[in-house]
Amino acid sequence: MALLDVNDLRVRFETHHGTVRAVDGVSFSLDEGETLGLVGESGSGKSVTNLGIMGLVPSPPGVVEAGHVLLEGRDLVQMSDAQLRSVRGNEVSMIFQDPMTSLNPLLTVERQLTEVLELHRNMTRAEARRAAAKGLDEVGIPEPERRLEQYPHELSGGMRQRVMIAMGLLCEPKLLLADEPTTALDVTIQAQILELMKDLQERRGTAIILVTHDLGVVAGMADRVHVMYAGRLVETGPIGSLFKDPRHPYTRGLLQSVPRLTGDPDVPLSSIPGQPPDLAALPPGCSFAPRCSFVQPTCELDRPDLARLPSDEARSSACFENENLPAKADQ
Amino acid sequence: MSEAILEVRDLSKHFPMGKSGWRNSQQTWLKAVDGVSFDLHRGQTLGLVGESGCGKSTCARTIVGLYPPTSGSIRFEGNDLGSLSARGWAPYRRKIQMIFQDPFASLDPRQTVGSILTEPMAIHKLGKPRERRLRSMQLLEAVGLNPRHLYRYPHEFSGGQRQRIGIARALALEPEVIICDEPVSALDVSIQAQVINLLGELQERFNLAYLFIAHDLAVVRHICQRVAVMYLGRVVEVADRDTLFANPSHPYTRSLLSAVPDVDPEVESVRQRIVLRGDVPSPLTPPSGCTFHPRCPEREQVPGDRCSVEVPLLQGSGSGDQQRTCHLDT
Ligand SMILES: Nc1ncnc2c1ncn2[C@@H]1O[C@H](COP(=O)(O)OP(=O)(O)OP(=O)(O)O)[C@@H](O)[C@H]1O
Ligand SMILES: Nc1ncnc2c1ncn2[C@@H]1O[C@H](COP(=O)(O)OP(=O)(O)OP(=O)(O)O)[C@@H](O)[C@H]1O
Ligand code: SF4
Ligand code: SF4
Ligand SMILES: [Mg+2]
Ligand SMILES: [Mg+2]
Repeated sequence: MALLDVNDLRVRFETHHGTVRAVDGVSFSLDEGETLGLVGESGSGKSVTNLGIMGLVPSPPGVVEAGHVLLEGRDLVQMSDAQLRSVRGNEVSMIFQDPMTSLNPLLTVERQLTEVLELHRNMTRAEARRAAAKGLDEVGIPEPERRLEQYPHELSGGMRQRVMIAMGLLCEPKLLLADEPTTALDVTIQAQILELMKDLQERRGTAIILVTHDLGVVAGMADRVHVMYAGRLVETGPIGSLFKDPRHPYTRGLLQSVPRLTGDPDVPLSSIPGQPPDLAALPPGCSFAPRCSFVQPTCELDRPDLARLPSDEARSSACFENENLPAKADQ
Repeated sequence: MSEAILEVRDLSKHFPMGKSGWRNSQQTWLKAVDGVSFDLHRGQTLGLVGESGCGKSTCARTIVGLYPPTSGSIRFEGNDLGSLSARGWAPYRRKIQMIFQDPFASLDPRQTVGSILTEPMAIHKLGKPRERRLRSMQLLEAVGLNPRHLYRYPHEFSGGQRQRIGIARALALEPEVIICDEPVSALDVSIQAQVINLLGELQERFNLAYLFIAHDLAVVRHICQRVAVMYLGRVVEVADRDTLFANPSHPYTRSLLSAVPDVDPEVESVRQRIVLRGDVPSPLTPPSGCTFHPRCPEREQVPGDRCSVEVPLLQGSGSGDQQRTCHLDT
């Protein structure tokens, strides 16, 4: 049995400008010890997918109309708030994308870290403090004892992010949802944090969903990748073959936009032309059609489903033209 | 080279920390920025890179007047800003804008995007209300957001979308200098490319100067003409872009460049990273001599204990105007 099984997850926001379909039928499963990279357009629903799994979609305006989210067979969508809270503190944890909205500005770093431990682990205050200091040390924060006394605004952006990470790792979860965990970090500390996550994974068999726009990080960490566009998965597959020969036109555009140390710095970066779609007014056909250079008349009528590639059973893509695209992205 | 629009000299920002010592009589200080100097030229971009916590944001915030400097000077077109009161700052507010690292914390949750963008224009009396609205729609389009989103609130946007609102806000006042603190790190690479290209176009059109803080060195290489590398509150190397990336001369810069991940999983699997040993030192108790010495992989090549005793000064090394702080032979 998979550790996590997400089936037809849908999350919409009812706003006064209409219904925003942030997550529009996402299904996947994840095994113990596996790392899934979740990448895609800004605003495509990556964070909301994670919030949906955690039962943390703000409501109102959010509405979860899920099939199910099974963690070791138990449906998180059906759980009571109390049950969910216990799952969140023990078995599943989330590193949020934005440290400033998820850290309490009025509490010291120590209080933020120890609260979880005292609550879920029945530690004494002193034990929790030691564990918290150790957690900060592991994420590369020097003089952790003194940092425990500080408030979030007294830390640098990257340190706040690392406090979040320490908090997410303290309870040694079975499932870790890491939403852009290293965006504010320099490459050296980023490498250290990724090692720490791998280490936890090896010790505990933790499964990780890693949301990041840093495709280099995905390349180094993930077993499989899911690419999201406009609330849906548009391409999935093992990291190696997917990055080598992306089949969905959006994935191709994305990979071509990566600035690399080996590229010519004076040539403007390639980007995907056009505007990201308005999730409150999606076109009836393929959501990528207005920006796609391979678009055909049929693309604007029907929406392509995520389907297995005949050439490779392990991969799927949601595009009518999969089989007709030129063999390799001309990067 | 064109004239310097912003001259930063020996800038320091120290934060008071708790007391220590005999009867808590000793005030301790956290030296977040400790003697930083650089020039920013019109039409140019200076990159500022370095480890998390090395003082980049503090440097930025001090330059835009959010923190008073502990010492040193900041000159904008020859006028010393560091000594100005809040009121004295007013004429410069519009000319020096900042894009904040933390988009969530820097947008007022009770304001719609429209009023976030038009309010500064109204304060500085730019255009009529209708023109302001039109301009804010153009700005949204320019940063890859839907102009119809003018009436939405920040919480209705994703992380990357909020970051772009911050960029649009900084552009609204047609500034001369923009201090960009990790402006693209929350964006997916396609939109990142769009925003970087946009910043480049605007720079050419309006002769803008950018101080560009980022930890993504490939991005820095794309947008900056010069790059300064910070370590524990100080600049340890500064050089023009091509020199820095081809011939990094400070051991810290070398380790930084070796750690950049690549999108090619095959490249990734054979990459040789220079791993720094030892703990990241704390700015509360910085190491003696060269502050990088406890972690420096090349320290053995300097005879004796010079590295741990003598503070290396920023001086020319190798070609052109490359400078570094290191005792190694050039
Ligand atoms: N509280 C909310 N109310 C209304 N719309 C929302 C709300 N939260 C998110 N959305 C919308 O849902 C969509 C998906 O947002 P989400 O935060 O999941 O994007 P993301 O893929 O994580 O993007 P990023 O990479 O920029 O973080 C976005 O278009 C956003 O505007
Ligand atoms: N308001 C403050 N009060 C006390 N200390 C502060 C304050 N702001 C920053 N610091 C400290 O100054 C040092 C430098 O922080 P700064 O935010 O400038 O780093 P940074 O280089 O921007 O790092 P990052 O890449 O993580 O954003 C850190 O040790 C931080 O804790
Ligand atoms: S279905 Fe058509 S429009 Fe959509 S990605 Fe494929 S080719 Fe492009
Ligand atoms: S001065 Fe010594 S310790 Fe410092 S960077 Fe140079 S070689 Fe390394
Ligand atoms: Mg997000
Ligand atoms: Mg910072």
